[in-house]
Amino acid sequence: MRELCRAFLHRLASLFRRRHLEADLDAELRSHLEMAVEGNLCQGMSPEQAHRQALLELGGIEQTKEIYREQRGLPMIETTLQDLRFGFRILRRSPGFSVMAVLCLTLGIGANAAVFSWVEGILFRPYPAVSHQEQLLALTGTARAESGPTDISWPDLLDLQRSCTLIDSFIVSKIMGTTLSNGDRAEVMVGSIVSANYFDAIGVHPILGRGFEPGEDSGRNAHPVTVISFQLWQGRFKGDPQIIGKTQRLNNVEHTIVGVMPDGFYGTFVGWAVQFWVPASMEENFEAGGYKLEDRSARWIEAYVRLKPGVTRAQAQQEISAVARRLEADYPETNRGRGIKLWPLWQTPFNNSGTLLPTLEIMVAVVVFVLLITCANVGNLLLVRSFARRHEMTVRLAIGAGRGRLLKQLLTEGLILSAFGAAGGLVATHWCSHALVLLFPARGGVAMHLPGEIDWRVLAMSAGVCLLATLVLGLVPAMQIGKIDVAAALKSDSAGVLGGGAKAWARSGLVMVQVSLSFVLLVGAGLLLQSLQKIRNTSPGFSTHEVLDTAVNLVPAGYDAQRAQNFQDELLERVKALPGVESAAFARMTPLSYRSFSSTPIAVDGYQHPSEEQPTVQYNEVGPDYFVTMGIPLLSGREFTRADDEKAALVAVVNETMAAQYWRGRNPIGERVQVEGRWMQVVGVAMDSKYESVREAPKPFFYVPLRQNFDRSAGLYIRTPLSPETMATALAREVHALDPDLALYEVITLQEELDRSTSPQKVALTLVGVLGALALLLAAIGLYGVISFAVSQSSRELGLRMALGADASNLLRLVISRGLTLTGGGVLLGTAAALALTRLLGNLLYKVSPRDPLAFGSALVVMTIASLAACILPGWRAARTDPARVLRH
Amino acid sequence: MASPKSEVLQGTLDLLVLKTLESMGPMHGFGIAVRIQQVSEDLLQLNQGTLYPALLRLEQRGCVVSKWGISENNRNAKFYSLTRAGRKQLAEEAENWDRMSAMINRVLRTS
Repeated sequence: MRELCRAFLHRLASLFRRRHLEADLDAELRSHLEMAVEGNLCQGMSPEQAHRQALLELGGIEQTKEIYREQRGLPMIETTLQDLRFGFRILRRSPGFSVMAVLCLTLGIGANAAVFSWVEGILFRPYPAVSHQEQLLALTGTARAESGPTDISWPDLLDLQRSCTLIDSFIVSKIMGTTLSNGDRAEVMVGSIVSANYFDAIGVHPILGRGFEPGEDSGRNAHPVTVISFQLWQGRFKGDPQIIGKTQRLNNVEHTIVGVMPDGFYGTFVGWAVQFWVPASMEENFEAGGYKLEDRSARWIEAYVRLKPGVTRAQAQQEISAVARRLEADYPETNRGRGIKLWPLWQTPFNNSGTLLPTLEIMVAVVVFVLLITCANVGNLLLVRSFARRHEMTVRLAIGAGRGRLLKQLLTEGLILSAFGAAGGLVATHWCSHALVLLFPARGGVAMHLPGEIDWRVLAMSAGVCLLATLVLGLVPAMQIGKIDVAAALKSDSAGVLGGGAKAWARSGLVMVQVSLSFVLLVGAGLLLQSLQKIRNTSPGFSTHEVLDTAVNLVPAGYDAQRAQNFQDELLERVKALPGVESAAFARMTPLSYRSFSSTPIAVDGYQHPSEEQPTVQYNEVGPDYFVTMGIPLLSGREFTRADDEKAALVAVVNETMAAQYWRGRNPIGERVQVEGRWMQVVGVAMDSKYESVREAPKPFFYVPLRQNFDRSAGLYIRTPLSPETMATALAREVHALDPDLALYEVITLQEELDRSTSPQKVALTLVGVLGALALLLAAIGLYGVISFAVSQSSRELGLRMALGADASNLLRLVISRGLTLTGGGVLLGTAAALALTRLLGNLLYKVSPRDPLAFGSALVVMTIASLAACILPGWRAARTDPARVLRH
Repeated sequence: MASPKSEVLQGTLDLLVLKTLESMGPMHGFGIAVRIQQVSEDLLQLNQGTLYPALLRLEQRGCVVSKWGISENNRNAKFYSLTRAGRKQLAEEAENWDRMSAMINRVLRTS
């Protein structure tokens, strides 16, 4: 064994001393020959004879050297190095081809790796620091009366925790925005309200201090402690090593900093980087709606569970559902019709992984298309080149190269190309991995956090793509090595005749595939564009351009209800007095923002709901002048005034759909509606508008006066022709004049709010559009290559036709019709594929059928124009064929 | 040319080279070739070229070392000499050979 090692090292070392060893061998053999010749001379041979005999006995100098070299070095490595050197030289000799192929591969591999890194980072391993993410599931409530998932109440969660045996831990993490004040600076930051087991259960441990201790999540406001993120520690506290035990004001309550989390831990919410954590006992300080830890009807928790090892989601769901049914029976007044549901992490409904899922699915489909197109294009490039190298291959075979050796050489060239492509792709991925967030605007001054995760899976994927590409690249010219008949090929090559119907077919096939794939992308882009257009043109039912939206959050500043009301009244007066302001109003929620409206069970005199449950309707709390300010027309009745305050009779405004559904054509004005046990009189009917999404169908909705249902976190809406920037300065001045400690949120138009709500469509459109254009370009290049090659190949035929009387326009038509035939075949294939695939766009499409003829038609037009453009140049060249010259050869 | 010449058996060249070096002391390649042919009374057909890869192989395994020197008739030549490992190797291989040939002889005679 030691001997073998020694021998191997010896051989390896020899690779680096080749020149010296060669000289040595040369000298040794020379001295051998000289001695042999001398000996022979002594035996009386003539000088020539002596020399010949010596060589004969040695067995030839070159032959000896060759077997000696094999023993000396590592032949495998040496030939590989040789292949590499030769490969580089060959690729350098045709830079156009090499650059094109490497660019194609970079694009294909890069786009794939980038998108898969997003998928990885957002869907599959969203929380890199968290241990065993595969055991984590998201937990939400369900309600028979509501379509989507609901939050969970704290008492329900505690009951689940006590009763479920298959679940290791229940992990509460409720995201919230908070004003963090530190001296004169006040910033909006993202924090999270968590259960005391949070850090232990997710397996992330503080680098300084401690996490939360058991029991710190119980007792009303009993544990004002906080754990901060590494970024916050480094940024705001400048890495202070003595940070533990210091205090920080959060929402006006001093919290003791007990721990610092490690770098790279951003909490457990896809989309935002959490900066600090507080235990659930402090919930009241951060959440609207008062103390909720003992209130089973207050549903506010977003949670995860960690399964015990070996437990499946189905098993856990079964157990949880059983507990939920028991809770339903035990607490009918709060839990009737309610269940609990487990979700795989990548479908988490309460963070951005749910919103991004459809977009990411489309991205994956699109990049797979791009990869296929890339492979087709590179394959095509190689086919063209294989004709150019046919002669070279034949010569190499003729002078004795083994077919295996040639194959190895070709594979090495492919490997070089794809290695460059993969390297370029990885660089591109690195740049792109954090680029997704650029497509999403910051909200409320806090930037989104959507990191890509490049890890071994992404790398393995790229390597796989690379290998596939190598095979495709290597095998294309290799396929014909086997077929070359050396003697015939040497003869016929010199005559310049190129046959190969099968190869022409392969090239045409590849072009058709390219055309069809880019056709599908074009159709997809067309459909998305139309959807976006339709969304843009859909009226949300309120004015978007001249209405601004902002907020002053009074909760963090420690305002109580009375003080907050006074502040709002005063601010409203001041704002209305500003030049350019037409009207202004407070309201709790902004339509089409990412939050959802509260909903409540209602009852209406004389209305019997089809099912037993009480119907639930969403509502908003709005101040006087809200409808005027928002531009929502009232169909009848009046809007709220300052008189509709705490002391006045309870009133409500309902929308058209609600009026139609619950009063069935009767005028609801003057009728009563019961909300949470309180009867309100309907005073107005407002036109339907969009509430949570532009794409939603009309739904029942009602409004109640803000004063009668006060909320301190209301937003301010201002109707003005002035720009948000101008208004922001004036507003900040007014707010500051009232209370210098208050911070104003960003001031944006409702149009901006609307645009943000369509960002998934825009991201998808941008991606499909850009990649579709690229695919079109690649397909056009492929088509150009095939057609111009066909033209150069059939110059004799063209010349003959011309000699027989065809004129230039005939030949042009001939070439173009050949190109269009290929395009037509591709489009047919593409249409079939698109009909099957556009359904994937599913809910990104709005009021557009996946088989929309306009999208298909325009894709056809674009494709035809592109292929005409690709055929013009070769056609023109064909038309200029000189019959005399061509036929002479 | 009347007497039939034998080819060197696969794997025995190393043994021949080691033995030659043991009995003759440091020698160059040509010397080794001549010596083997002399000792075998020219019955062995040795392709002298194959000697060099064999010497290299032995050197790689540490059985011999080489050094440039001056030959008896004043020429530059590369001299090979046996190492301690080489002697051990020779002893082992010689013993192997004896056992092997004895066994083959027995088989040939009995059948």
